[in-house]
Amino acid sequence: MKENDNILEEITQSEYKYGWTSNFEMDSAPKGLNEDIIRFISARKEEPEWLLEWRLKAFRHWLKMNEPKWPNVKYPKIDFQDIIYYAAPKQKVKPKSLDEVDPELLETFEKLGISLQEQQRLTGVAVDAVMDSIAVATTFKEKLGELGVIFSSFSEAVQVHPELVKKYLGSVVPMNDNYYAALNSAVFSDGSFCYIPKGVRCPMELSTYFRINAANTGQFERTLIVAEDNAYVSYLEGCTAPMRDENQLHAAVVEIYAADNAEVKYSTVQNWYPGDKSGKGGIYNFVTKRGLCAGHHSKISWTQVETGSAITWKYPSCILKGDHSIGEFYSVAVTNNYQQADTGTKMIHIGKNTKSRIVSKGISAGKSQNSYRGLVKVMKRAENSRNFSQCDSLLMSDTCGAHTFPYIEVSNKSAHVEHEATTSKIGEDQLFYCNQRGIDTETAVALIVNGYAKEVLSKLPMEFAVEAQKLLAITLEGSVG
Amino acid sequence: MLIIKNLKASIENNEILNGIDLEVNAGEVHAIMGPNGSGKSTLASVLAGREEFEVTDGTIVFEGKDLMEMEPEERAKEGIFMAFQYPVEIPGVSTTNFLKTALNQIREYRGLQPLDAVSFLTHLREKMKLVEMDQSLLSRALNEGFSGGEKKRNEIFQMAVLEPKLSILDETDSGLDIDALKIVANGVNQLRSKDKAVIVVTHYQRLLNFIIPDFVHVLYQGKIVKSGTRELALELEEKGYDWIKEEYKSTLV
Repeated sequence: MKENDNILEEITQSEYKYGWTSNFEMDSAPKGLNEDIIRFISARKEEPEWLLEWRLKAFRHWLKMNEPKWPNVKYPKIDFQDIIYYAAPKQKVKPKSLDEVDPELLETFEKLGISLQEQQRLTGVAVDAVMDSIAVATTFKEKLGELGVIFSSFSEAVQVHPELVKKYLGSVVPMNDNYYAALNSAVFSDGSFCYIPKGVRCPMELSTYFRINAANTGQFERTLIVAEDNAYVSYLEGCTAPMRDENQLHAAVVEIYAADNAEVKYSTVQNWYPGDKSGKGGIYNFVTKRGLCAGHHSKISWTQVETGSAITWKYPSCILKGDHSIGEFYSVAVTNNYQQADTGTKMIHIGKNTKSRIVSKGISAGKSQNSYRGLVKVMKRAENSRNFSQCDSLLMSDTCGAHTFPYIEVSNKSAHVEHEATTSKIGEDQLFYCNQRGIDTETAVALIVNGYAKEVLSKLPMEFAVEAQKLLAITLEGSVG
Repeated sequence: MLIIKNLKASIENNEILNGIDLEVNAGEVHAIMGPNGSGKSTLASVLAGREEFEVTDGTIVFEGKDLMEMEPEERAKEGIFMAFQYPVEIPGVSTTNFLKTALNQIREYRGLQPLDAVSFLTHLREKMKLVEMDQSLLSRALNEGFSGGEKKRNEIFQMAVLEPKLSILDETDSGLDIDALKIVANGVNQLRSKDKAVIVVTHYQRLLNFIIPDFVHVLYQGKIVKSGTRELALELEEKGYDWIKEEYKSTLV
């Protein structure tokens, strides 16, 4: 392996027109994207040949594809040759204590109620003593190992369980699924791999574990979750803490596979840097998330709280292939200032007696634009399938926009598809009522908004529901008044 | 406790209050009566600090402090409570959660520690009995799907929980049947004390059979045109408002 790497590096060094220099060789590739860069990434990660081929194939597809223009978002053209596609985690100078960390960041942590220990971890404070969290993580790992649950970084899974990765990678989101999925498939940096064997009910929220272990996974994150027959897992990705990143473009892919009677509950809280109040900066978050209910009576449930990013383009979807399978999508998407979100879901009913439920709560403030885009598709064979969709929009200002684009395609007469939608503006009357009871406007907004989003927030794992509530309040601070 | 002098207020340049003078002391119950459109509810709203009304003249002093300088929530924290004529629905927010937030913000303002869950619930239960509030209403979203009577009862319940110094009941009797009216009145009576005051805004004297006022004021064309005791209310019930209007007109000539 090592020798191969060296050869590859030599080749890439000699061919790449900007030239390799010894100082970047160790930690990052030069700007731009071509096959050599992909070879470099694969080599650096010591990947097997098949995975390199898979990446290259995705890249060749990507070259022939066009950026999607249909989302209801506006942004300047992205120069894909102006991006660095591989950078090893940097050894930043770690702050010695929280005293050296940006006080504004600490204030937000405080408001979110994040523990001191976790604050240290999130800000990368160097801790000498053995941290409790590491001990806890080790205990978790042992416990999971006993049950045969695999939970590791994607890179580690490629090395340790190549047969599983090979079997499921791209099985739900094909490498050429869409422009950003193809880009991710070609250059993905790292991510998570989760495998729950037959009959195992994962005894803990993987969120707990994840929060302790979450490492910097880069801008092209790849997640693969597989639940075998009769398996169950609840997984949480993301963090309520504000995430800053120098990379503007994030294009992640998440794939979930559920076999017979398997259930996967996937929750996410997204709080990437949204840009400043005038709309400068911020992350472009172009994500492909899809679950395949492959087996009968399987269930995949997406819950998302989206408050960050300058632009969000994200449709966690379910393919209900197995008979009696169930897909759910619960979403709260908040946009403020100049943020733009185009988010929703797709429920594809293929199997008989399949059910789906969509609850989307959009909240727009400032000059932001918030769109719900959803597809409910009932295929010919999907006898007695049912869908219920509820899409609500709450407006906090006169300058923001809320849009709903529901698509319904039904090819089977026995299907029941229901769609309800409401748009409301936060009421002066509601605010005054709260004020009159002694509640200040900021708290009143938080109270009203959390009440509005309750049905979705209640689906989150307990400890996150509380943080998510606070997050909504912080995101909307000063948006009314 | 409350001293209103020459209060004038308008909405969209229409003058609605036209020089109100009123003094309310601790321990007193004042009834503000008057025909429709006389400015009763406007007076209540101005005291609570509703923004759409512009105060163009006069002063309101509450417990020695200038009320006009205060935001609605500050007035509430200082101890002013208004029972709404049309209570607002807040979906997804339980009455319990709403009241806990309100009470703890008020306590914080007064330099008190927030109540913990147990003492708060004990406090709630005690007050629930006062207005015969059904426990199930507390966990439901605030006023959502409540009947008219339940909403009004919930207002008085909130008043009991927040323990204000001055309570303003804005047409709390409207839309209530006699049984509900008795329950509401009974709740208010139990909250009467020598250091608290109540202003009852009502069109009908009916409520005043159950909440006996110390003073009755008749509002007409934005002014208090007549003040008296409970007998005045009874007289109004008997004779209607027309004689008041006539009397007022004659003073203008």
